[in-house]
Amino acid sequence: MFEPVLTANIHRPDSEKIAVYLAHGGYAAAQKALTQYTPEELIDIVKRSGLRGRGGAGFPAGVKWGFMPKDPSVEKIVAVNTDEGEPGTFKDRQIVERDPHQVIEGVIIASYAVGASRAYVYIRGEFFLGVKRWIKAIADAYEGGFLGKDILGSGFNLDMSVHRGAGAYICGEETAMIESLEGKPGNPRMKPPYPAQVGLFGLPTLVHNIETLACIRHIVLRGPEWFAGIGSEQSKGPKIFSVSGHVNRPGNYELPLGTSLREIIYEHAEGVRGGRQIKAIIPGGASTPVLTADQIDTLMTFEDLEKAGSQLGTGAIVVMDETTCIVEAARRTTKFFAHESCGRCVPCRIGSVRLFETLDRIEHGKGLAEDIDRALYLAENIDGRTFCPMGAALVNPARSTILKFRPEYEYHIEHKHCLNGEKN
Amino acid sequence: MLANPRTRIRNPKKRAMLLSALYIAQEQYGWLSPEAIQRVADRLSLTPGQVFSTASFYTMFKLEPQGRYAVQVCEGLSCYLVGGAEPVIEQVKQRLNIEPGETTPDGRFSLEIVQCLAACDLAPAIKVNDELYGDLTAEKLEALLTELAKKEI
Repeated sequence: MFEPVLTANIHRPDSEKIAVYLAHGGYAAAQKALTQYTPEELIDIVKRSGLRGRGGAGFPAGVKWGFMPKDPSVEKIVAVNTDEGEPGTFKDRQIVERDPHQVIEGVIIASYAVGASRAYVYIRGEFFLGVKRWIKAIADAYEGGFLGKDILGSGFNLDMSVHRGAGAYICGEETAMIESLEGKPGNPRMKPPYPAQVGLFGLPTLVHNIETLACIRHIVLRGPEWFAGIGSEQSKGPKIFSVSGHVNRPGNYELPLGTSLREIIYEHAEGVRGGRQIKAIIPGGASTPVLTADQIDTLMTFEDLEKAGSQLGTGAIVVMDETTCIVEAARRTTKFFAHESCGRCVPCRIGSVRLFETLDRIEHGKGLAEDIDRALYLAENIDGRTFCPMGAALVNPARSTILKFRPEYEYHIEHKHCLNGEKN
Repeated sequence: MLANPRTRIRNPKKRAMLLSALYIAQEQYGWLSPEAIQRVADRLSLTPGQVFSTASFYTMFKLEPQGRYAVQVCEGLSCYLVGGAEPVIEQVKQRLNIEPGETTPDGRFSLEIVQCLAACDLAPAIKVNDELYGDLTAEKLEALLTELAKKEI
Protein backbone atom coordinates (compact mmCIF):
# COMPACT_ATOMS: atom_id res chain seq x y z
CA MET A 1 0.00 0.00 0.00
CA PHE A 2 1.45 3.33 -1.06
CA GLU A 3 1.84 5.89 1.67
CA PRO A 4 2.11 9.55 0.61
CA VAL A 5 5.09 11.26 2.25
CA LEU A 6 5.68 14.50 0.35
CA THR A 7 2.13 15.65 0.98
CA ALA A 8 1.66 13.94 4.35
CA ASN A 9 1.92 17.24 6.18
CA ILE A 10 0.08 19.63 3.90
CA HIS A 11 -3.48 18.83 4.94
CA ARG A 12 -2.80 19.51 8.61
CA PRO A 13 -3.97 22.87 9.97
CA ASP A 14 -1.12 25.43 10.04
CA SER A 15 1.11 22.92 8.26
CA GLU A 16 3.45 25.70 7.17
CA LYS A 17 4.39 26.53 10.76
CA ILE A 18 7.58 25.20 12.27
CA ALA A 19 5.81 24.06 15.46
CA VAL A 20 3.51 21.77 13.44
CA TYR A 21 6.45 20.52 11.40
CA LEU A 22 8.49 19.74 14.52
CA ALA A 23 5.52 18.05 16.19
CA HIS A 24 5.48 15.54 13.31
CA GLY A 25 9.13 14.60 13.30
CA GLY A 26 10.41 17.66 11.47
CA TYR A 27 14.17 18.14 11.07
CA ALA A 28 14.85 14.57 12.26
CA ALA A 29 16.38 13.85 8.85
CA ALA A 30 18.70 16.86 9.05
CA GLN A 31 19.76 15.72 12.53
CA LYS A 32 20.42 12.21 11.26
CA ALA A 33 22.27 13.38 8.14
CA LEU A 34 24.52 15.85 9.93
CA THR A 35 25.40 13.59 12.85
CA GLN A 36 25.46 10.07 11.41
CA TYR A 37 26.63 10.44 7.82
CA THR A 38 29.59 11.87 5.99
CA PRO A 39 28.92 13.99 2.89
CA GLU A 40 30.20 11.12 0.69
CA GLU A 41 27.79 8.69 2.33
CA LEU A 42 24.89 11.03 1.67
CA ILE A 43 25.80 11.41 -1.99
CA ASP A 44 25.93 7.63 -2.21
CA ILE A 45 22.54 7.29 -0.50
CA VAL A 46 20.90 9.71 -2.94
CA LYS A 47 22.55 7.95 -5.87
CA ARG A 48 21.28 4.58 -4.66
CA SER A 49 17.75 5.94 -4.15
CA GLY A 50 17.47 6.53 -7.92
CA LEU A 51 15.96 9.99 -7.33
CA ARG A 52 15.65 11.96 -10.57
CA GLY A 53 14.98 15.71 -10.73
CA ARG A 54 11.32 16.69 -10.51
CA GLY A 55 11.62 20.01 -12.32
CA GLY A 56 11.15 18.55 -15.79
CA ALA A 57 14.48 17.24 -17.05
CA GLY A 58 14.71 14.21 -14.77
CA PHE A 59 18.46 14.25 -14.26
CA PRO A 60 19.68 11.83 -11.53
CA ALA A 61 20.05 13.93 -8.38
CA GLY A 62 22.90 11.95 -6.80
CA VAL A 63 24.96 12.20 -9.99
CA LYS A 64 24.43 15.98 -9.95
CA TRP A 65 25.69 16.08 -6.34
CA GLY A 66 28.71 14.08 -7.40
CA PHE A 67 29.57 16.67 -10.07
CA MET A 68 30.19 19.34 -7.45
CA PRO A 69 33.90 19.91 -6.83
CA LYS A 70 35.24 18.23 -3.68
CA ASP A 71 37.86 20.91 -2.88
CA PRO A 72 36.76 22.36 0.50
CA SER A 73 38.55 25.65 -0.20
CA VAL A 74 36.12 26.43 -3.04
CA GLU A 75 32.95 28.17 -1.91
CA LYS A 76 29.84 26.37 -3.16
CA ILE A 77 26.19 27.29 -3.49
CA VAL A 78 22.81 25.53 -3.54
CA ALA A 79 20.11 27.26 -5.60
CA VAL A 80 16.51 26.32 -4.90
CA ASN A 81 14.18 26.58 -7.88
CA THR A 82 10.62 27.62 -6.96
CA ASP A 83 10.05 29.35 -10.29
CA GLU A 84 7.11 27.15 -11.23
CA GLY A 85 5.68 28.37 -14.51
CA GLU A 86 5.01 25.44 -16.81
CA PRO A 87 1.29 25.71 -17.68
CA GLY A 88 -0.66 22.97 -15.91
CA THR A 89 1.81 22.70 -13.01
CA PHE A 90 0.91 23.82 -9.50
CA LYS A 91 2.69 21.37 -7.20
CA ASP A 92 5.52 23.68 -6.13
CA ARG A 93 3.07 26.43 -5.17
CA GLN A 94 1.36 24.02 -2.81
CA ILE A 95 4.63 22.70 -1.37
CA VAL A 96 6.01 26.13 -0.55
CA GLU A 97 2.71 27.49 0.74
CA ARG A 98 1.89 24.46 2.86
CA ASP A 99 5.18 22.78 3.79
CA PRO A 100 8.27 24.94 3.26
CA HIS A 101 10.21 23.34 6.12
CA GLN A 102 10.27 20.02 4.32
CA VAL A 103 12.20 21.75 1.54
CA ILE A 104 14.51 23.59 3.94
CA GLU A 105 15.40 20.25 5.48
CA GLY A 106 16.30 18.94 2.02
CA VAL A 107 18.39 22.05 1.39
CA ILE A 108 20.33 21.56 4.63
CA ILE A 109 21.12 17.94 3.78
CA ALA A 110 22.05 18.72 0.17
CA SER A 111 24.24 21.66 1.22
CA TYR A 112 26.03 19.53 3.78
CA ALA A 113 26.57 16.76 1.23
CA VAL A 114 28.10 19.03 -1.41
CA GLY A 115 29.82 21.40 1.02
CA ALA A 116 27.77 24.50 0.24
CA SER A 117 27.68 27.34 2.75
CA ARG A 118 24.99 29.44 1.10
CA ALA A 119 21.57 28.57 -0.31
CA TYR A 120 19.57 30.93 -2.48
CA VAL A 121 15.87 30.41 -3.02
CA TYR A 122 14.47 31.76 -6.26
CA ILE A 123 10.69 32.02 -6.24
CA ARG A 124 8.31 33.08 -8.94
CA GLY A 125 7.29 36.74 -8.47
CA GLU A 126 3.59 35.95 -8.74
CA PHE A 127 3.71 33.63 -5.70
CA PHE A 128 3.13 36.36 -3.15
CA LEU A 129 1.91 34.01 -0.42
CA GLY A 130 4.77 31.65 -1.25
CA VAL A 131 7.31 34.45 -0.81
CA LYS A 132 5.87 35.27 2.60
CA ARG A 133 5.88 31.60 3.60
CA TRP A 134 9.49 31.14 2.48
CA ILE A 135 10.68 34.19 4.42
CA LYS A 136 8.85 33.19 7.59
CA ALA A 137 9.98 29.56 7.38
CA ILE A 138 13.63 30.53 6.91
CA ALA A 139 13.46 32.99 9.82
CA ASP A 140 11.95 30.28 12.04
CA ALA A 141 14.56 27.75 10.91
CA TYR A 142 17.32 30.18 11.92
CA GLU A 143 15.63 30.66 15.28
CA GLY A 144 15.39 26.92 15.79
CA GLY A 145 19.09 26.44 15.08
CA PHE A 146 18.52 24.62 11.77
CA LEU A 147 20.18 27.38 9.75
CA GLY A 148 23.10 29.66 10.55
CA LYS A 149 26.25 28.74 12.40
CA ASP A 150 27.02 25.29 13.82
CA ILE A 151 23.71 23.69 12.81
CA LEU A 152 22.51 21.18 15.43
CA GLY A 153 25.97 21.20 16.98
CA SER A 154 27.52 19.62 13.90
CA GLY A 155 29.92 22.44 13.08
CA PHE A 156 28.22 22.85 9.69
CA ASN A 157 27.23 26.41 8.68
CA LEU A 158 24.58 27.37 6.16
CA ASP A 159 22.95 30.69 5.30
CA MET A 160 19.76 30.82 3.28
CA SER A 161 17.86 33.69 1.69
CA VAL A 162 14.89 34.26 -0.61
CA HIS A 163 14.91 36.09 -3.93
CA ARG A 164 11.78 36.97 -5.78
CA GLY A 165 11.58 36.66 -9.55
CA ALA A 166 9.46 39.09 -11.50
CA GLY A 167 7.49 37.22 -14.15
CA ALA A 168 9.53 35.26 -16.67
CA TYR A 169 8.91 31.57 -17.47
CA ILE A 170 12.45 31.15 -18.78
CA CYS A 171 13.88 31.79 -15.30
CA GLY A 172 12.84 28.22 -14.44
CA GLU A 173 15.72 27.13 -16.68
CA GLU A 174 18.65 26.75 -14.31
CA THR A 175 21.17 29.06 -15.96
CA ALA A 176 18.51 31.74 -16.64
CA MET A 177 17.58 31.50 -12.97
CA ILE A 178 21.21 32.06 -12.03
CA GLU A 179 21.39 35.12 -14.29
CA SER A 180 18.23 36.45 -12.66
CA LEU A 181 19.65 35.85 -9.17
CA GLU A 182 22.61 37.97 -10.25
CA GLY A 183 20.22 40.82 -11.05
CA LYS A 184 20.27 40.45 -14.80
CA PRO A 185 17.71 39.64 -17.50
CA GLY A 186 16.98 35.89 -17.43
CA ASN A 187 18.85 34.85 -20.56
CA PRO A 188 20.08 31.24 -20.39
CA ARG A 189 23.83 30.67 -20.48
CA MET A 190 25.73 28.45 -22.85
CA LYS A 191 26.40 24.99 -21.37
CA PRO A 192 29.05 23.81 -20.68
CA PRO A 193 30.22 25.01 -18.28
CA TYR A 194 27.43 23.53 -16.20
CA PRO A 195 26.34 25.23 -12.96
CA ALA A 196 28.21 22.57 -10.96
CA GLN A 197 31.40 24.11 -12.36
CA VAL A 198 30.49 27.76 -12.95
CA GLY A 199 27.18 28.83 -11.47
CA LEU A 200 25.94 31.69 -9.35
CA PHE A 201 28.59 34.45 -9.01
CA GLY A 202 30.94 32.14 -10.87
CA LEU A 203 30.86 29.57 -8.05
CA PRO A 204 29.96 25.87 -8.31
CA THR A 205 26.19 25.70 -7.84
CA LEU A 206 23.80 22.82 -7.25
CA VAL A 207 20.35 23.67 -8.65
CA HIS A 208 17.27 21.69 -7.65
CA ASN A 209 13.53 21.95 -8.00
CA ILE A 210 11.80 22.03 -4.61
CA GLU A 211 9.94 18.75 -5.08
CA THR A 212 13.32 17.06 -5.60
CA LEU A 213 14.59 18.63 -2.38
CA ALA A 214 11.40 17.56 -0.56
CA CYS A 215 12.25 13.92 -1.38
CA ILE A 216 15.65 14.11 0.35
CA ARG A 217 14.31 14.11 3.89
CA HIS A 218 12.36 10.90 3.30
CA ILE A 219 15.27 9.16 1.59
CA VAL A 220 17.51 9.90 4.59
CA LEU A 221 14.89 8.80 7.14
CA ARG A 222 13.58 5.70 5.37
CA GLY A 223 16.65 4.71 3.41
CA PRO A 224 17.43 4.60 -0.29
CA GLU A 225 16.06 1.05 -0.64
CA TRP A 226 12.60 2.21 0.45
CA PHE A 227 12.65 4.98 -2.18
CA ALA A 228 14.03 2.74 -4.90
CA GLY A 229 11.35 0.17 -4.06
CA ILE A 230 8.66 2.56 -5.31
CA GLY A 231 8.08 3.04 -9.03
CA SER A 232 9.71 1.41 -12.02
CA GLU A 233 13.17 0.48 -13.23
CA GLN A 234 14.16 4.00 -14.27
CA SER A 235 11.64 6.10 -12.36
CA LYS A 236 11.81 5.79 -8.60
CA GLY A 237 9.87 7.19 -5.72
CA PRO A 238 6.71 9.17 -5.08
CA LYS A 239 5.66 12.01 -7.37
CA ILE A 240 3.13 14.79 -7.10
CA PHE A 241 0.88 14.88 -10.16
CA SER A 242 -1.01 18.11 -10.82
CA VAL A 243 -4.27 17.35 -12.62
CA SER A 244 -6.37 20.05 -14.29
CA GLY A 245 -8.62 20.69 -17.26
CA HIS A 246 -11.85 18.76 -17.84
CA VAL A 247 -11.77 16.61 -14.70
CA ASN A 248 -14.22 16.51 -11.83
CA ARG A 249 -11.64 17.02 -9.12
CA PRO A 250 -8.59 18.98 -10.23
CA GLY A 251 -5.73 18.98 -7.73
CA ASN A 252 -2.37 17.62 -6.67
CA TYR A 253 -2.14 13.86 -6.12
CA GLU A 254 0.93 12.19 -4.66
CA LEU A 255 1.28 8.71 -6.14
CA PRO A 256 4.07 6.30 -7.02
CA LEU A 257 5.82 6.92 -10.32
CA GLY A 258 4.42 4.26 -12.61
CA THR A 259 0.78 4.94 -11.81
CA SER A 260 -1.30 4.85 -14.98
CA LEU A 261 -2.92 7.92 -16.47
CA ARG A 262 -6.22 6.04 -16.26
CA GLU A 263 -5.95 5.60 -12.51
CA ILE A 264 -4.91 9.21 -11.95
CA ILE A 265 -7.68 10.66 -14.10
CA TYR A 266 -10.56 8.31 -13.29
CA GLU A 267 -9.87 7.35 -9.68
CA HIS A 268 -8.05 10.29 -8.15
CA ALA A 269 -9.37 13.17 -10.24
CA GLU A 270 -12.77 11.41 -10.34
CA GLY A 271 -13.18 11.25 -14.09
CA VAL A 272 -14.11 13.63 -16.87
CA ARG A 273 -16.67 16.38 -16.35
CA GLY A 274 -20.13 15.50 -17.59
CA GLY A 275 -19.01 11.91 -18.21
CA ARG A 276 -17.65 12.92 -21.61
CA GLN A 277 -14.96 11.12 -23.59
CA ILE A 278 -11.32 12.16 -23.46
CA LYS A 279 -9.86 13.62 -26.62
CA ALA A 280 -6.30 14.44 -25.61
CA ILE A 281 -4.08 14.44 -22.54
CA ILE A 282 -1.00 16.55 -21.86
CA PRO A 283 0.99 14.29 -19.51
CA GLY A 284 3.80 16.49 -18.18
CA GLY A 285 3.01 20.18 -18.57
CA ALA A 286 2.29 22.32 -21.63
CA SER A 287 5.68 21.68 -23.23
CA THR A 288 5.22 17.91 -23.47
CA PRO A 289 3.63 16.29 -26.56
CA VAL A 290 -0.07 15.42 -26.24
CA LEU A 291 -1.32 11.86 -25.95
CA THR A 292 -4.58 10.57 -27.40
CA ALA A 293 -7.43 8.86 -25.54
CA ASP A 294 -6.22 5.38 -26.57
CA GLN A 295 -2.97 6.00 -24.67
CA ILE A 296 -4.76 6.31 -21.33
CA ASP A 297 -3.11 3.17 -19.98
CA THR A 298 0.36 4.70 -20.31
CA LEU A 299 2.26 4.55 -17.04
CA MET A 300 3.57 7.82 -15.65
CA THR A 301 7.30 7.10 -15.76
CA PHE A 302 10.16 8.73 -17.65
CA GLU A 303 10.63 5.66 -19.83
CA ASP A 304 6.98 4.78 -20.55
CA LEU A 305 6.13 8.32 -21.59
CA GLU A 306 9.17 8.47 -23.80
CA LYS A 307 8.01 5.23 -25.45
CA ALA A 308 4.59 6.83 -25.91
CA GLY A 309 6.21 9.74 -27.72
CA SER A 310 5.98 12.23 -24.89
CA GLN A 311 7.74 13.15 -21.64
CA LEU A 312 7.09 13.04 -17.91
CA GLY A 313 8.11 16.71 -17.59
CA THR A 314 6.77 18.12 -14.33
CA GLY A 315 4.02 15.47 -14.10
CA ALA A 316 1.31 18.06 -14.79
CA ILE A 317 -1.65 16.38 -16.47
CA VAL A 318 -4.10 18.49 -18.47
CA VAL A 319 -7.18 16.58 -19.61
CA MET A 320 -9.11 17.75 -22.68
CA ASP A 321 -12.49 16.20 -23.43
CA GLU A 322 -14.17 15.55 -26.78
CA THR A 323 -15.57 19.09 -27.03
CA THR A 324 -12.10 20.67 -27.04
CA CYS A 325 -10.87 22.37 -30.20
CA ILE A 326 -7.39 20.94 -30.53
CA VAL A 327 -6.21 23.77 -32.79
CA GLU A 328 -7.21 26.33 -30.19
CA ALA A 329 -5.45 24.35 -27.44
CA ALA A 330 -2.25 24.32 -29.51
CA ARG A 331 -2.65 27.98 -30.53
CA ARG A 332 -3.09 29.11 -26.93
CA THR A 333 -0.13 27.12 -25.65
CA THR A 334 2.10 28.31 -28.49
CA LYS A 335 1.08 31.88 -27.70
CA PHE A 336 2.37 31.29 -24.20
CA PHE A 337 5.77 30.21 -25.47
CA ALA A 338 5.97 33.07 -27.97
CA HIS A 339 5.24 35.45 -25.11
CA GLU A 340 7.84 33.84 -22.85
CA SER A 341 10.72 33.52 -25.31
CA CYS A 342 13.61 35.46 -23.81
CA GLY A 343 14.51 36.74 -27.27
CA ARG A 344 18.13 35.78 -27.13
CA CYS A 345 18.33 33.43 -30.10
CA VAL A 346 16.61 33.71 -33.45
CA PRO A 347 14.92 30.30 -33.88
CA CYS A 348 13.01 30.75 -30.63
CA ARG A 349 12.42 34.52 -30.78
CA ILE A 350 11.13 34.61 -34.35
CA GLY A 351 10.16 30.98 -34.85
CA SER A 352 7.78 30.96 -31.87
CA VAL A 353 5.95 34.01 -33.19
CA ARG A 354 5.72 32.64 -36.74
CA LEU A 355 4.44 29.34 -35.36
CA PHE A 356 1.84 31.13 -33.29
CA GLU A 357 0.74 33.27 -36.26
CA THR A 358 0.31 30.16 -38.39
CA LEU A 359 -1.89 28.45 -35.80
CA ASP A 360 -3.75 31.69 -35.18
CA ARG A 361 -4.60 31.93 -38.88
CA ILE A 362 -5.85 28.35 -38.98
CA GLU A 363 -7.92 28.74 -35.82
CA HIS A 364 -9.52 31.95 -37.06
CA GLY A 365 -10.59 30.56 -40.42
CA LYS A 366 -7.86 32.24 -42.43
CA GLY A 367 -5.63 29.19 -42.77
CA LEU A 368 -3.95 28.45 -46.07
CA ALA A 369 -3.59 24.94 -47.44
CA GLU A 370 0.17 25.01 -46.90
CA ASP A 371 -0.07 26.25 -43.29
CA ILE A 372 -0.04 22.79 -41.71
CA ASP A 373 3.21 21.86 -43.41
CA ARG A 374 4.53 25.35 -42.71
CA ALA A 375 3.93 24.75 -38.99
CA LEU A 376 5.75 21.41 -39.16
CA TYR A 377 8.61 23.01 -41.09
CA LEU A 378 8.93 25.75 -38.48
CA ALA A 379 8.88 23.17 -35.69
CA GLU A 380 11.62 21.18 -37.42
CA ASN A 381 13.81 24.27 -37.66
CA ILE A 382 13.32 25.42 -34.07
CA ASP A 383 13.71 22.06 -32.29
CA GLY A 384 17.34 21.44 -31.37
CA ARG A 385 18.54 24.70 -32.87
CA THR A 386 18.14 26.93 -29.86
CA PHE A 387 20.43 27.93 -27.04
CA CYS A 388 18.34 26.33 -24.30
CA PRO A 389 15.69 23.57 -24.09
CA MET A 390 12.90 26.12 -24.67
CA GLY A 391 13.09 25.54 -28.43
CA ALA A 392 12.43 21.83 -28.10
CA ALA A 393 9.63 22.61 -25.67
CA LEU A 394 7.80 25.25 -27.64
CA VAL A 395 7.26 23.18 -30.78
CA ASN A 396 5.59 20.28 -28.97
CA PRO A 397 2.02 21.62 -28.68
CA ALA A 398 1.83 22.43 -32.40
CA ARG A 399 3.79 19.46 -33.74
CA SER A 400 2.21 16.78 -31.55
CA THR A 401 -1.34 17.95 -32.20
CA ILE A 402 -0.73 18.13 -35.97
CA LEU A 403 0.72 14.62 -35.98
CA LYS A 404 -2.17 13.24 -33.95
CA PHE A 405 -5.12 15.37 -35.09
CA ARG A 406 -4.19 16.44 -38.61
CA PRO A 407 -7.73 15.94 -40.00
CA GLU A 408 -8.98 18.49 -37.47
CA TYR A 409 -6.46 21.06 -38.76
CA GLU A 410 -7.51 20.27 -42.34
CA TYR A 411 -11.16 20.69 -41.40
CA HIS A 412 -10.40 24.16 -40.00
CA ILE A 413 -8.69 25.21 -43.20
CA GLU A 414 -11.35 23.79 -45.49
CA HIS A 415 -14.46 24.86 -43.56
CA LYS A 416 -13.03 27.99 -41.89
CA HIS A 417 -14.33 26.91 -38.49
CA CYS A 418 -13.95 24.29 -35.75
CA LEU A 419 -15.13 20.70 -35.99
CA ASN A 420 -17.62 21.31 -33.21
CA GLY A 421 -18.60 24.51 -34.95
CA GLU A 422 -18.52 26.70 -31.87
CA LYS A 423 -16.39 29.60 -33.09
CA ASN A 424 -13.82 30.48 -35.64
CA MET B 1 39.02 30.52 -8.06
CA LEU B 2 36.81 29.23 -10.80
CA ALA B 3 35.36 32.60 -11.78
CA ASN B 4 34.48 32.61 -15.43
CA PRO B 5 35.47 35.82 -17.25
CA ARG B 6 32.21 35.67 -19.18
CA THR B 7 30.12 35.82 -16.06
CA ARG B 8 32.39 38.01 -13.98
CA ILE B 9 30.85 41.37 -13.27
CA ARG B 10 31.99 44.28 -11.19
CA ASN B 11 30.68 44.01 -7.66
CA PRO B 12 28.45 41.04 -8.48
CA LYS B 13 26.61 40.82 -5.19
CA LYS B 14 25.55 44.46 -5.38
CA ARG B 15 23.93 43.93 -8.76
CA ALA B 16 22.21 40.84 -7.33
CA MET B 17 20.06 43.25 -5.33
CA LEU B 18 18.64 44.77 -8.51
CA LEU B 19 15.34 42.87 -8.64
CA SER B 20 14.66 43.57 -4.97
CA ALA B 21 15.57 47.23 -5.47
CA LEU B 22 13.21 47.47 -8.43
CA TYR B 23 10.36 46.03 -6.32
CA ILE B 24 11.03 48.63 -3.63
CA ALA B 25 11.18 51.47 -6.16
CA GLN B 26 7.98 50.25 -7.84
CA GLU B 27 6.19 50.22 -4.52
CA GLN B 28 7.33 53.77 -3.70
CA TYR B 29 6.66 55.31 -7.12
CA GLY B 30 3.74 53.12 -8.19
CA TRP B 31 5.66 52.30 -11.38
CA LEU B 32 9.23 52.40 -12.63
CA SER B 33 9.39 55.95 -13.90
CA PRO B 34 12.63 57.27 -15.42
CA GLU B 35 13.26 58.94 -12.08
CA ALA B 36 12.84 55.65 -10.23
CA ILE B 37 15.17 53.87 -12.66
CA GLN B 38 17.79 56.59 -12.17
CA ARG B 39 17.56 56.34 -8.39
CA VAL B 40 18.00 52.56 -8.45
CA ALA B 41 20.97 52.96 -10.80
CA ASP B 42 22.61 55.50 -8.51
CA ARG B 43 22.15 53.34 -5.43
CA LEU B 44 23.59 50.19 -7.02
CA SER B 45 26.39 51.88 -9.03
CA LEU B 46 24.83 50.72 -12.31
CA THR B 47 23.96 52.70 -15.42
CA PRO B 48 20.28 53.53 -16.06
CA GLY B 49 20.63 51.39 -19.19
CA GLN B 50 21.64 48.33 -17.18
CA VAL B 51 18.72 48.86 -14.81
CA PHE B 52 16.29 49.40 -17.67
CA SER B 53 17.45 46.29 -19.51
CA THR B 54 16.66 44.16 -16.47
CA ALA B 55 13.43 45.98 -15.58
CA SER B 56 12.04 45.69 -19.10
CA PHE B 57 12.77 41.95 -19.26
CA TYR B 58 10.33 41.04 -16.48
CA THR B 59 6.57 41.40 -16.88
CA MET B 60 5.98 42.31 -13.24
CA PHE B 61 8.04 45.49 -13.51
CA LYS B 62 5.79 48.24 -14.82
CA LEU B 63 7.27 50.89 -17.05
CA GLU B 64 3.95 52.77 -17.18
CA PRO B 65 1.63 53.93 -14.40
CA GLN B 66 -0.83 51.25 -13.25
CA GLY B 67 -4.26 51.36 -11.66
CA ARG B 68 -4.59 50.98 -7.89
CA TYR B 69 -6.06 47.55 -8.55
CA ALA B 70 -4.25 45.68 -11.30
CA VAL B 71 -6.66 42.98 -12.50
CA GLN B 72 -4.65 40.19 -14.09
CA VAL B 73 -6.63 37.55 -15.98
CA CYS B 74 -4.98 34.21 -16.76
CA GLU B 75 -5.36 33.11 -20.38
CA GLY B 76 -3.69 29.73 -19.85
CA LEU B 77 -4.96 26.45 -21.25
CA SER B 78 -6.40 25.07 -18.01
CA CYS B 79 -8.35 28.28 -17.34
CA TYR B 80 -9.62 28.33 -20.93
CA LEU B 81 -10.78 24.70 -20.76
CA VAL B 82 -13.11 25.39 -17.85
CA GLY B 83 -14.67 28.54 -19.24
CA GLY B 84 -12.10 31.12 -18.13
CA ALA B 85 -9.78 33.43 -20.08
CA GLU B 86 -11.73 35.29 -22.85
CA PRO B 87 -15.16 35.32 -21.14
CA VAL B 88 -13.51 36.67 -17.99
CA ILE B 89 -11.50 39.24 -19.94
CA GLU B 90 -14.70 40.28 -21.75
CA GLN B 91 -16.57 40.72 -18.48
CA VAL B 92 -13.82 42.89 -16.98
CA LYS B 93 -13.62 44.95 -20.18
CA GLN B 94 -17.38 45.59 -20.16
CA ARG B 95 -17.52 46.33 -16.48
CA LEU B 96 -14.55 48.71 -16.38
CA ASN B 97 -14.84 50.01 -19.94
CA ILE B 98 -11.13 49.52 -20.64
CA GLU B 99 -9.09 47.35 -22.96
CA PRO B 100 -6.23 45.07 -21.80
CA GLY B 101 -3.19 47.24 -21.09
CA GLU B 102 -5.33 50.23 -20.14
CA THR B 103 -6.15 51.96 -16.86
CA THR B 104 -9.50 53.51 -15.91
CA PRO B 105 -9.46 57.35 -16.05
CA ASP B 106 -9.82 57.55 -12.26
CA GLY B 107 -6.70 55.43 -11.89
CA ARG B 108 -8.52 52.78 -9.88
CA PHE B 109 -8.31 49.74 -12.16
CA SER B 110 -6.03 48.43 -14.86
CA LEU B 111 -6.53 45.26 -16.88
CA GLU B 112 -3.76 42.91 -17.88
CA ILE B 113 -3.81 39.51 -19.58
CA VAL B 114 -1.27 37.21 -17.95
CA GLN B 115 0.12 33.73 -18.50
CA CYS B 116 -0.43 30.64 -16.35
CA LEU B 117 -0.57 31.57 -12.66
CA ALA B 118 0.15 28.01 -11.48
CA ALA B 119 -3.36 27.86 -10.05
CA CYS B 120 -4.85 25.42 -12.58
CA ASP B 121 -6.55 23.52 -9.75
CA LEU B 122 -8.47 26.73 -9.01
CA ALA B 123 -9.23 27.57 -12.65
CA PRO B 124 -10.57 29.94 -13.82
CA ALA B 125 -8.18 32.15 -11.87
CA ILE B 126 -7.30 35.83 -11.75
CA LYS B 127 -5.04 37.96 -9.60
CA VAL B 128 -5.71 41.43 -8.29
CA ASN B 129 -2.40 42.96 -7.23
CA ASP B 130 -0.87 40.21 -5.07
CA GLU B 131 -4.08 38.38 -4.24
CA LEU B 132 -5.15 35.21 -6.10
CA TYR B 133 -8.86 34.55 -6.79
CA GLY B 134 -9.78 31.07 -8.00
CA ASP B 135 -12.85 29.01 -9.00
CA LEU B 136 -14.17 32.21 -10.51
CA THR B 137 -17.75 32.59 -11.74
CA ALA B 138 -19.35 35.61 -13.42
CA GLU B 139 -21.17 36.38 -10.15
CA LYS B 140 -18.03 36.15 -8.03
CA LEU B 141 -16.14 38.40 -10.43
CA GLU B 142 -18.95 40.96 -10.45
CA ALA B 143 -19.04 40.98 -6.65
CA LEU B 144 -15.27 41.40 -6.44
CA LEU B 145 -15.17 44.30 -8.89
CA THR B 146 -18.09 45.99 -7.12
CA GLU B 147 -16.31 45.67 -3.80
CA LEU B 148 -13.06 47.07 -5.16
CA ALA B 149 -14.92 49.93 -6.85
CA LYS B 150 -16.24 51.05 -3.46
CA LYS B 151 -12.99 50.76 -1.55
CA GLU B 152 -11.14 53.88 -0.47
CA ILE B 153 -8.01 54.50 -2.45
